[in-house]
Amino acid sequence: MTARSLFSFWKLLFYALCATGLYATYMRVTGGLGAVTNLSDDFPWGLWIGFDVLCGVGLAAGGFTLVAAVHIFNLEKYKPVLRPAVLTAFLGYLLVVLGLMFDLGQPHRIWHPLIMWNPRSVMFEVGWCVTLYTTVLFLEFSPAVFEKFRWHTPLKWFRIISVPLMIAGVILSTLHQSSLGSLYLLVPHKLDALWYTPYLPLFFFTSAIAVGMAMTIFESWHSSKAFGRQLEKPILMGLARVLVVVQSTYFAMRLMDLTNRHAWGLLTQSRPETWLFLLEMTLIGLPLAFLYQEKVRTNPRALYWSSLLVLFGFITNRMNISITGIERASGVSYFPKWTEIAVTLFIVALGFGLFRLAVRYLPVFEEPGVEEIGSPRARELRRTIAA
Amino acid sequence: MANAILFDSTKCIGCRACEGACAEKNGNPYNDAIAAKEKISALKLTTIQTKGEKYIRRMCMHCLEPACASACPVGALTKTAAGPVTYDPNKCIGCRYCMTACAFGAPAYEWNARLPLLRKCDMCSERQKAGKPTACTEACPNEATVFGDRDAMIALARKRMAENPTGYHSKIYGLEEAGGTSVLMISDVPLETLGMPANLAGLKLPALTWRALETIPSLVSVGSVLLGGVYWITHRRAEVEKAEGRKS
Repeated sequence: MTARSLFSFWKLLFYALCATGLYATYMRVTGGLGAVTNLSDDFPWGLWIGFDVLCGVGLAAGGFTLVAAVHIFNLEKYKPVLRPAVLTAFLGYLLVVLGLMFDLGQPHRIWHPLIMWNPRSVMFEVGWCVTLYTTVLFLEFSPAVFEKFRWHTPLKWFRIISVPLMIAGVILSTLHQSSLGSLYLLVPHKLDALWYTPYLPLFFFTSAIAVGMAMTIFESWHSSKAFGRQLEKPILMGLARVLVVVQSTYFAMRLMDLTNRHAWGLLTQSRPETWLFLLEMTLIGLPLAFLYQEKVRTNPRALYWSSLLVLFGFITNRMNISITGIERASGVSYFPKWTEIAVTLFIVALGFGLFRLAVRYLPVFEEPGVEEIGSPRARELRRTIAA
Repeated sequence: MANAILFDSTKCIGCRACEGACAEKNGNPYNDAIAAKEKISALKLTTIQTKGEKYIRRMCMHCLEPACASACPVGALTKTAAGPVTYDPNKCIGCRYCMTACAFGAPAYEWNARLPLLRKCDMCSERQKAGKPTACTEACPNEATVFGDRDAMIALARKRMAENPTGYHSKIYGLEEAGGTSVLMISDVPLETLGMPANLAGLKLPALTWRALETIPSLVSVGSVLLGGVYWITHRRAEVEKAEGRKS
């Protein structure tokens, strides 16, 4: 009863977000960027670049880290969470591209970097990597579709190309996760000294690995709630351990970087940048204090909340770099228009909706062969019998 | 031989003839309301800004090593040998990284267009090819804006300073700024006090991203070999374990 009403609440929310999102989309298409955004010549990048692109790509990082763990490092233990992570990554990248279609002034020319080259541009490299990696993710997820329809021949082909494909995926991810940080190397005159450092690419890469782990824990928890799956405790604990190591490294590097650049003094100034920076560092450091304790790592609920803090810390960092840290130099203050927020929420809602659909109709959680793959109703039935 | 513009703030009388000529040349509307908005925009590729008793001209600085051109993923922005930084509207995808990159706030966007493009001063590249000076130079009644070879413009600036040592601040803005620009500025006060960005001397922005980009080839080759090696070792180990397990 309660589960049912909760479900319909989420469903209503989903429809509401879709409706406002579609309205904002209509406004964007007919009225241009000026009609739906608070962007200006002084502040050309806003929420769509800061959240939809920078956070979107980062939150999809669980895909390449788990592919590396399972297929390259041969850590079979993590196989059950691999496919959901690859699905999250694939949907994440599709939504990043969708977000770009809103943000680009000439969205129909999104393919131009493929034939009009400028190898000196970080944006050119990001464009190529995201295109190639989205293709890799499509291929990496395709076996789920082949299995569903029992297409054995393409499955065989996939096995032949799978190893180089996975290695390419990991390399491409390493490149563009860090390159999103490199984008901001070009703006020492704009990005506040709290965030501007030559190590931006390294920080973007490291934090993406950590958030990939956190995101996998996050989605395992929600999948277990939504689809009545057993939480794989040893897997979650393993992910948590990697998360602690990577997040600690990231946190330590951030602190060392502040020291090396003699930037601690900036924190004595009372300005919005200081407070948002401290919020970010707290959200990065606080989950560590929890995750160092074994009783947190072994308790799914505590682990979930700690991972959520990691996600928030990551998002705060990307928003600080793309918005907070740029505002002062731009001379204007920027806050997204409601239509910008509506589009972003629409894209996030689409992500959840598509994930749900994929899980419902494709073998995302089951390992092929272990359980016969049938219609959703048949699986529903199996679950009831098993329970 | 690369051309440049010299702007001499001490000679500018704020008549805005350059604004009008620029608007006409670029097919932009021009009226009192637009003239009163002292800001670069898609409708106003150059502007005179009133700073108390003084005037300063803002426009694309045509950097010798432009951040915008290095930022553009499709190479729509190019530093030409003749001096101007030009824009190819047929390539532009509208990512606006150039606007983020520019230290001078020069590129402006058509925010209200359905399929917007960038607008920026191209130093009248077409007129230059025909051997003519820029429209703004031709319009300037007082030689506050002068056009010619960059070295000649530097020499002219030095000459004006030498003839009137008390009337000028000794530094030429644009000689070192952002690695050097093809628009040079002189005034009786430091240009930074008239609103020009400070702390840009010797700052070659494209080098900052290039340093990261040039590591990519080695990252790809070393990374692939390393990951391939790890793959081989871990899977070989599993194979061996399996084989030995079967034996015993």
